[in-house]
Amino acid sequence: MTGPVLSVRDLVVEIPTRRGVLRPVDRVSYDIAAGEILGVVGESGAGKSMTGNAVIGLLDRPARITAGEILLTGEPIHGLNGEALRRLRGRRMGMIFQDPLTSLNPLLTVGDQLTETILEHLPVSAAEARKRAIAALEEVGIPAARQRIGSYPHEFSGGMRQRVVIALALCAEPELIVADEPTTALDVSVQAQIIALLKRLCRERGVAVMLVTHDMGVIAEAADRVAVMYAGRLAELGPVREVVGNARHPYTAGLMASTPSASGGHRRLRQIPGAMPRLDAVPDGCPFHPRCERAEARCRQAPEPMLQTCDGRAACWFPVVADEEVPA
Amino acid sequence: MTALIRLERLTRDFDVSKPWLNRVIERLPRETLRAVSDVSLEIPAGSVYALVGESGSGKSTIGRIVAGLVRASGGTVEIDGVDTVSAAPARVSEVRRELQMIFQDPFASLNPRWKVRRIIAEPVAVRGESTEGLSERLLEQVGLSAADANKYPHEFSGGQRQRICIARALASNPKIIICDEPTSALDVSVQSQVLNLMSDLREELGLTYLFISHDLTVVQHMADRIGVLYLGALVEEAPRDRLFAEPKHPYTQMLFDAAPRMDAFGREVEPPKGEIPDAINPPPGCPYHPRCPMATEVCWTEVPQTRHIGETRVRCHHAE
Amino acid sequence: MSDHQVELQTRRTPGRFARAWDSDLAYSFRRTPVAVVSAAVVLILVLSAVFAPLVAPYDPFDPASLNLMNGFTPPGQPNALTGETFFLGTDDQGRDVFSTILYGMRISLFVGFSAVLLAMVIGVVFGLLAGYVGGWVDSFIMRIADIQLTFPAILVAMLIFGIAKGITPPEYRDQMAIWVLILAIGLSDWVQFARVVRGATLVERSRDYVLAARLVGQRPFAIMIRHILPNVLNPVLVIATISLALAIIAEATLSFLGVGAPPTRPSLGTLIRIGQGFMFSGEWWILLFPAATLLALALAINLLGDWLRDALNPRLR
Repeated sequence: MTGPVLSVRDLVVEIPTRRGVLRPVDRVSYDIAAGEILGVVGESGAGKSMTGNAVIGLLDRPARITAGEILLTGEPIHGLNGEALRRLRGRRMGMIFQDPLTSLNPLLTVGDQLTETILEHLPVSAAEARKRAIAALEEVGIPAARQRIGSYPHEFSGGMRQRVVIALALCAEPELIVADEPTTALDVSVQAQIIALLKRLCRERGVAVMLVTHDMGVIAEAADRVAVMYAGRLAELGPVREVVGNARHPYTAGLMASTPSASGGHRRLRQIPGAMPRLDAVPDGCPFHPRCERAEARCRQAPEPMLQTCDGRAACWFPVVADEEVPA
Repeated sequence: MTALIRLERLTRDFDVSKPWLNRVIERLPRETLRAVSDVSLEIPAGSVYALVGESGSGKSTIGRIVAGLVRASGGTVEIDGVDTVSAAPARVSEVRRELQMIFQDPFASLNPRWKVRRIIAEPVAVRGESTEGLSERLLEQVGLSAADANKYPHEFSGGQRQRICIARALASNPKIIICDEPTSALDVSVQSQVLNLMSDLREELGLTYLFISHDLTVVQHMADRIGVLYLGALVEEAPRDRLFAEPKHPYTQMLFDAAPRMDAFGREVEPPKGEIPDAINPPPGCPYHPRCPMATEVCWTEVPQTRHIGETRVRCHHAE
Repeated sequence: MSDHQVELQTRRTPGRFARAWDSDLAYSFRRTPVAVVSAAVVLILVLSAVFAPLVAPYDPFDPASLNLMNGFTPPGQPNALTGETFFLGTDDQGRDVFSTILYGMRISLFVGFSAVLLAMVIGVVFGLLAGYVGGWVDSFIMRIADIQLTFPAILVAMLIFGIAKGITPPEYRDQMAIWVLILAIGLSDWVQFARVVRGATLVERSRDYVLAARLVGQRPFAIMIRHILPNVLNPVLVIATISLALAIIAEATLSFLGVGAPPTRPSLGTLIRIGQGFMFSGEWWILLFPAATLLALALAINLLGDWLRDALNPRLR
């Protein structure tokens, strides 16, 4: 493959409000290659869902893209709207949301929804579309797909519904899948099944996957690379092993240390003081500096550290060095 | 140590039948859902007992029965030696005063129209006792400032709201706090703050926690003793280290394997089979047998009884 | 998707008025011209009705000041016999139409406000009970509501009016008419309050703060009044506004049909009934001006209610 499937360049999303313009996504850049899973992780309000929605063109008004570009295999898609965008979604981009019921029409059988999507996007006959729909359901692990194709969404369990959504996202053979918290509403055992399924499909089909989640554990298991977001900006971007194992940004490092772990026992958890700033009160300089124990004068002033201006891995003037252990 | 809370063969059925007219017309039978099935456990004073399980395991229902918000269908609940089913109502409400609760969603558990001062003091005010300075003192105890008493809940972040909930739970000087998924709505960095606060308060005030969670890492961090629930039944119970070192029940083993781990990059494991069955028509015999790799014929027909293996109590025909 | 819910916070703690002015509701009001205009119309009409004795040039109910010779004076023109000029003309008995409208609006508004208040109290009480207690209490209240809803409200009001009239002694009928009107309209309108409050109560009842209150031993009555009631008031406010417009229309309808306010204390509806007799004989003003006032009042209140509904709906903001 040449070049990344998805390329996001200096993306800015803004929401005008009566008390000023908010920037839920601020100069974010990343690429996703074919067959790669990029995990986008962050706490609530970090801008991770907003980034995903910007990519698939589902920003709710009044939020809008005000700068930067989004390229799908080199073509800009950030300016598209209406019919062009609708054709792109489904055909070249698939979506998986947290709540499977929002992506399924409760009044149509899953078979109808699958064949409709296939017929709309691919030049095949109705009989062929039905065959493909059954194949898609089989591929996502729905037992007795041939019989279940006539069932309605409410007749499936939560995990099975999410499988149907994945089948729906994949049936038109898109190049990119945006999955927004796909396992958050599911139980642990079902979550493990869905993650395994996503990984398998991504590898077999060479689809690029953007996996948006707040769960570091899910990222560690599923993603190849991970982008950590904080207050709308990228805090850290790198291969998952590196970021999880050797976090460079103090925020990522703190996040890792504050997660209760198997080895920990009853010891006190390390905690990051305070909370993420509200979008109308992002501090000058590095947005993390009020909570950061490494912060120095430079961190409090503009220009703030950005991935691009630092080492491309962590947006920090004083990153944690690899051999320096974070005090536990 | 004596048990502060003792559950004996606790059972709770919910009527999930269609409305009467539908049943008559469609000739449907009454349907019940057994949310809690024959659960017995003891929580010693000053300890943290955790109930873990997936959705539909009955863990929240058990918490609410102990809190007196839901009535038991069968079995007994003893708090501080008082049987809450048979004792006089006055005596029951007296022991219930020693019990408080922290809820999952800090956005729903505070009345949005009340000021924080009034919210925190409610458990004391309802008894007609003086609440002078109480909220301010408690706010400082949970790491907020006394001035916050004049604000409304919407002015706080999720983590701060959960601190307010903790302050309210502490207002009436309880001995027992039931924590129903207290951190699952919080972000990781805030979760650690709240968990630390809860640990500190337990030490300072000698509290007993009944900790309900689906998150194994949180449970492992907080609990002394852990009970694993599946479809309303307690399938395994053991001290924390014992359980994590040597899970006996196949369901517990599956849970441990399936939980995402931070050190499990690109882990390729066989994902668990199947999903939690419908609790209205649970499978006969051992409820886990359709998903269990160890299941044999006896599991299909006979409900396993609780067995003791070392310090572990387990409900499985095959566990060793 | 919590990223979407960008909360805004004011960090200052200014005075009560400044806070109200700064609130999202006030902001939305300032930004909605329809709301501002409607509010202005309602305010002017209500104030001039309340202060009718000060605003009105004549007292139409003072027989001493009436001159039958002034009858049928066209608006703005001097009377052919007496030479007096009336802003909106006079009716058949020589009463100044402008003054009768002001006094009539007083009665219309009084009946409207009182009827809505009555409907609101009944509806909120039954809605809270149905939603919080549930079970057969809920079924019982809501079935009664359903039955009442199958009849048009005006029919129910006429029925209540008829019964009340039958049991009051004839000599008190005119005095009691206003109160009977309030009772009739109020009782015919409680259902929608009850339905909305019941729905909102069902939502609030299952929230954890209600559980927390039950846990600490708050009595059901205290939970309903202190916890749930303040949280279900927003929709009640919207319905009350729109109901007010409907109640004023209902009062006018009843009075127009002759079962409402008596001619001795005419409301806008009574004035319209009197005026319609002269519509085709050339004295159009006796009908037109009261009708236009009624329309303006009802429309402005209704538009205000529409704006309030949108502004208080968090999903539309």
